[in-house]
Amino acid sequence: MHIVVCVKQIPDPSAPAALNADLRLDRSGKVLLDEADTYGVELALQVGEAHGESRVTLISMGDATDLSGLRSALAMGADAAIIVSDPALSGADSLTTAKVLAAVTNDLQPDLVIAATESSDGYTGTMPAQLAELLSLPALTFAKAVRVTASNVSIDRQTDTGYDVVTSSLPALVTVTAGAVEPRYANFKGIMAAKSKRIDVLTLTDLGLSALAGSWAQRVVSLDDAPQRQSGATLVDDGTAAQALVDYFVSIKVL
Amino acid sequence: MSALTWWIIAEPNASGMTNATKELISEAVRQGGDVSVVTWGDTSAELVDGAGRYGARAVLQLDVSTGFVPGAPVAAAVAALCAARSPDVILLPSSYDGRDIAGHLSARLDRPVLTNVTALSVDDDVVTQHQIFGGTKIASARITSDGVALIVVRPKSFTAVEEPRDVTLERIDAAPSPVTPVVITESHLDERTGPALGDADVVVAGGRGLGGVEAFANVATLATLLGGAPAASRAIVDAGWVPYAYQVGQTGQTVKPTLYVACGISGATQHLVGMKGAQYIVAINKDAAAPIFSVADFGIVGDVNTVLPALNALVRSRTA
Repeated sequence: MHIVVCVKQIPDPSAPAALNADLRLDRSGKVLLDEADTYGVELALQVGEAHGESRVTLISMGDATDLSGLRSALAMGADAAIIVSDPALSGADSLTTAKVLAAVTNDLQPDLVIAATESSDGYTGTMPAQLAELLSLPALTFAKAVRVTASNVSIDRQTDTGYDVVTSSLPALVTVTAGAVEPRYANFKGIMAAKSKRIDVLTLTDLGLSALAGSWAQRVVSLDDAPQRQSGATLVDDGTAAQALVDYFVSIKVL
Repeated sequence: MSALTWWIIAEPNASGMTNATKELISEAVRQGGDVSVVTWGDTSAELVDGAGRYGARAVLQLDVSTGFVPGAPVAAAVAALCAARSPDVILLPSSYDGRDIAGHLSARLDRPVLTNVTALSVDDDVVTQHQIFGGTKIASARITSDGVALIVVRPKSFTAVEEPRDVTLERIDAAPSPVTPVVITESHLDERTGPALGDADVVVAGGRGLGGVEAFANVATLATLLGGAPAASRAIVDAGWVPYAYQVGQTGQTVKPTLYVACGISGATQHLVGMKGAQYIVAINKDAAAPIFSVADFGIVGDVNTVLPALNALVRSRTA
């Protein structure tokens, strides 16, 4: 089985985020594999292991100066990675990203495409559905559990009130929620092996998509400070905190 | 300039319409729009009545089965209807199905989609506002080419106001989707005794500071005692302690309760954006420097696993 996982290298979430003068996210610092993507990589590895002869290919878009995020996913056990990196894609929207990843996926002809429900930097959360539509693949979204046979996929799909079991034939696209599987830690052998695994860096021209450069029709036009909340009293607990909280709840009439 | 045509994508709902649908209709009416509600499945009389009550002029019912995951088939039907009727703006709720439909529709129409919208205005274009960096900054965005504007709105962004109007129901043959349908074979309801998280007047949320999954019971107990709903930070959802449905934050639900109690939550920016609209915020955390205290009306610097059991005992003795 050939499994493609969409992954993203994002700025370190523990570092302060900032926008550049062009109102785009500052991506100049260190990049990491988005933690939200570790679930998809783990799921792909588990499905691959359960289906014998399998291959897991990572696909990505973004700056390729620093590939440590992709190496992290390769160290978990993925086989190879393809990243589309082109200055002409700087500031691209989710639909443009989906078009680029659709072109890459089409060349790979996978049985299963896996993505996170959203990235942890932009949070747009629509790219997987756009990708599925562009590829005419069934989209099984918001999975909290995934079962794959040789020809079908079934997931437990999160709903507001519980979950639905939903199913389709393969090939298909699945988006996976955090916590659906437990991502493995890369071991020393994996980290060493990842150093020699293949990462292809492609441009729009390589994909025959030069016309996509700058084609997106949305932009951030301004940035303002949001109104801030004022913080109130703080109490260092000396055994009286519980009673103080009860008094507070009474004062705001929730008790 | 004549009124813009606004379509509100409304999920079928057991109680007629979701709160999100009411909020979106109200905002479109407030913007002076000509508002229609687009839905699918067996449209209930309650939904039609509700659409009129909040000011929609029409309900457009697509004959798409509710037995399928709606993303692809509803998007195909809406896209075909767009070609025939050219709406100016389509608003979708930031729900599981709303986000799916928005993505499929964007690709089918080759139109950009703006998501996580919390406010909007109309001049020559629609201008949307997005809270970023934990809600400390507001980014404004604009769609820069002609065509329908696809906008996905976070819940609780707008206030629903009744504005009764006569409403018509039109049934529409849906254009089929070329994509293999995803079939819903079973539906499971989580057992829940209190209110739904999005509707709860009190939300008690736990985070990594609880130390372990067993301590979440104290969070759930306080929620029950206060007639509220339990919730969680992304960290403990990622750790598998509680389901994704509990998650409050950028990735997860937005809540605006009267009281939000953050237990062992540091207050990462991605969490703050989902709860800083609460009327009152209480934080319990042993790290006095935790960012959650910067938004808290009342902060307790202490061990959540000491404070919560004592608090639960006191609250229980008052309510017994």
